[in-house]
Amino acid sequence: MAEKTVSAEQLAQKMREVSVAEFFEKNRHLLGYENPTKSLITIIKEAVDNSLDATNEGGILPDIKVSVKEVGVDRFRIIAEDNGPGVIEEKIPLAFGKLLYGSKFHRLRQSRGTQGIGISGAILYSQLTTGKHAVVTSSTGKEIHSVELLIDVTKNDPLIVSHKEEKNPDKWHGIRIEMEAEGRYIEGKQSVLEFLKQTAVANPYAKIIYDGPSGKTTFDRVVNELPIQPKEIKPHPYGVELGILRRMLANTQARNMVGFLTTEFSRVGRSSAEQMLQLAKLDNKKPKDIVHDEAERLHKAIQMVKLVSPPTDCLSPMGEKIIEEGMKKEVEAEFFVAVTRPPAVYRGNPFQIEVGLAYGGKLPADSGAQLYRFANRVPLLYHQSDCATHEATVDTDWRRYGFSQSSGQLPQGPLVILIHFASVYVPYTSEGKQAIADYPEIIKEMKLALQEAGRQLSIYVRQKNKRKEAQLRRDLFERYIPELAESLEKLTDEKKEKIIEGLEKIVKKGVKTDETGNKKEPEAAGK
Amino acid sequence: MLRLTKQETKKNLKQLGSNVLDQIKHEKNPALDVPIRTLSNVKYDPKSKMITMGEGLAKRYFFNIGHVRKFVQTIEAAAVAKELIDVGKHLSLRETFYRMKRTLPNSNINLVDEQEESNAAIEDLELITDASRELLHINANKLGSVAGKVVIEDKGDTIDWSKLGSGGWAIPSNVEDIIFKKVDAKFVIYLEKAAEWERLHEDRVWEKLNCIIISSQGQATRGIRRLLQRLHMEYKLPVYILVDGDPWGAYIYSVIKYGSISLAHISQELAIPGAKMLGLTAEDVVKYGLQKHLIKFEEVDVKRLEQVKNYDWFKDHKEWQKQFKLWKELNGKVELAALSSKGITFISDKYIPDKIKNKEWLD
Repeated sequence: MAEKTVSAEQLAQKMREVSVAEFFEKNRHLLGYENPTKSLITIIKEAVDNSLDATNEGGILPDIKVSVKEVGVDRFRIIAEDNGPGVIEEKIPLAFGKLLYGSKFHRLRQSRGTQGIGISGAILYSQLTTGKHAVVTSSTGKEIHSVELLIDVTKNDPLIVSHKEEKNPDKWHGIRIEMEAEGRYIEGKQSVLEFLKQTAVANPYAKIIYDGPSGKTTFDRVVNELPIQPKEIKPHPYGVELGILRRMLANTQARNMVGFLTTEFSRVGRSSAEQMLQLAKLDNKKPKDIVHDEAERLHKAIQMVKLVSPPTDCLSPMGEKIIEEGMKKEVEAEFFVAVTRPPAVYRGNPFQIEVGLAYGGKLPADSGAQLYRFANRVPLLYHQSDCATHEATVDTDWRRYGFSQSSGQLPQGPLVILIHFASVYVPYTSEGKQAIADYPEIIKEMKLALQEAGRQLSIYVRQKNKRKEAQLRRDLFERYIPELAESLEKLTDEKKEKIIEGLEKIVKKGVKTDETGNKKEPEAAGK
Repeated sequence: MLRLTKQETKKNLKQLGSNVLDQIKHEKNPALDVPIRTLSNVKYDPKSKMITMGEGLAKRYFFNIGHVRKFVQTIEAAAVAKELIDVGKHLSLRETFYRMKRTLPNSNINLVDEQEESNAAIEDLELITDASRELLHINANKLGSVAGKVVIEDKGDTIDWSKLGSGGWAIPSNVEDIIFKKVDAKFVIYLEKAAEWERLHEDRVWEKLNCIIISSQGQATRGIRRLLQRLHMEYKLPVYILVDGDPWGAYIYSVIKYGSISLAHISQELAIPGAKMLGLTAEDVVKYGLQKHLIKFEEVDVKRLEQVKNYDWFKDHKEWQKQFKLWKELNGKVELAALSSKGITFISDKYIPDKIKNKEWLD
């Protein structure tokens, strides 16, 4: 026993800081790199997300090229290029070679990326599986910079291998990333192609050219307008957690508490701020002097004061028309309907739900409906059954809208269900960003949107079924007409042909529907 | 129902056809008025002690996906009947089914798929034309036997019911044209089971008790019921009924006595309100110690018991309600055959004579 004892001092010698990069190197599944198939999709997703965000912010209609080519056993070269505003020379190494570095983490605004992990995480994965450096080429319209870089994992810092500068006579601007990584290429429901297809559905203003192992696919632009740029907002106090509140108190420029509450949050006016302080039994002192107990009282008090919901101009929904256009372009169906709900709030975060339905056409009629899930226009391909979208869809009674459905299952039929969750903050169930958490407010909004779209679809489905039934009915009568004529001829000696003629006349004229209905005669009972 | 002549029957059949033709000429959705043959459209008349048919009519349309099949079946049944009358031949229900059966062009649909369908079409046709099945030249199978000191004439042949060996005379579906030459009997015994009839016949009960014995196998057919009724009406013979002790037996008894639900329109020609039930009663079980022969009720038996108990003709009948209550307590049924446990000829020598002598019956 004694020889194995380790003293606290010895233990302390072994303790050291872990860098973010080192952490994710060991826990790459948290970033979506748990298996070779998914890893390949994740790399493309990170690149395309960045390209769409960058072009949107730059007010440029996106032209995105993605190339995936096999270069060895389970090894692929991936190239992604956009026509965005580019990244300036000095920021290239940090933006691509350091995790948790970026422009999106410290603001509250609807965008695809949020944390500054995505693309540098992809480069980290590439380096981890192949040992090779990545090449980032960027231009803002002036000269072109090509940087070969690696990530120093222990320090979470970029290592520049080489840096070239070239002339740019064509005034190209944008970013091009090239890397090699381990992966496995498949086609089907969870694949690069499906990811890009769904991306095209949700972003019909983007043109995406994909050059994959089995050939080229072009997803055309069908809308020539960019979505409205969402505005940045201050956090709404209802959604602020205690730890964040304390950090904000420490960092604020405000000189007193009323100033802090009214400037750092949205929807807090002077009287609301004073009410909070009163409830928390706090003086209007310096925010930096607030101690832990006081912060806790304030955090509780905030929830008790009635506040207006957060502003919603930070949201950029796709809109019903765009959803329909996007679906029409990539889904071979006969009927499309979309519903955009008014904005709502969960935990102080504004969000908006949109639903699109595509029905019939070439969609398979004998299998379950397909669910297209989007968070801020980004397709979610994995962990469908953990996602709020799935829960809301399964909880909706689709039998009301003319579909069969077993309990706990998606409806059956030729149906694609699209659900878009737009928010300044998407509550993913994990770092892999594949499933939306099931807050009751979110489920409720999703169900309302599904129900409204379902109602509209059911009108169409019912009319279609009616037409089909009418046809079946006509066919049925057509079969029995000669039979009746034959029997009547035997009974009355009237000519068969004449009887048929008379009956056909009635068919042409149309029969009152209440007489042709489905009502059955009561069956004879007993003997 | 009136007894139609052959000419009237033919006229009514043609009338049915020309009605449909008229509607077609006027470009109307052809419709037939079919009296409804369900419990909802029958009434029990306590005065006449008969089940009678209500006024309820159902419209049966040709241009109605739920009706079209039955509509054509009814017209086809009429066409077959007219043909039979024209050529002076008869068909059985089974043969009529094949006569009506044909496949619709460009389909795998048959005009009739099962005999039940053609049977129902014929029953509807009887109601529409006021002509019974026999008048339409369609016969049911012979079913049931009879024996007794009776001489009849059928189609010119003279038949003595006491001289037909072990089988007795098989009762045809149409007994309308039978002429009774001699009837030497004091009453009639009807038995639900052919096996018990054979027991009584072997024991020559008809001779010993001077009666007529008639059986069916299960529910009594129209021919048997009409024969019972004629003997009861024309010769004033009491009719005694022997059925198994269970709700099904109770219903067989009530059909003979009051009429049936599906043939309520011809109760007048079939019902025998004076018929009495000898057994098996619930009291018999106790009196003759048959408890150990009880066959435990299954769910369907219990359900049927509740149903029968609530029929109008039983509902206010105190003695029958007592029976149903006792059967429910016994929670089992007893077959007539169980009486043989008391002795081979117990039913013939003891059970029946005692019951009749002591007037131990349910009315």
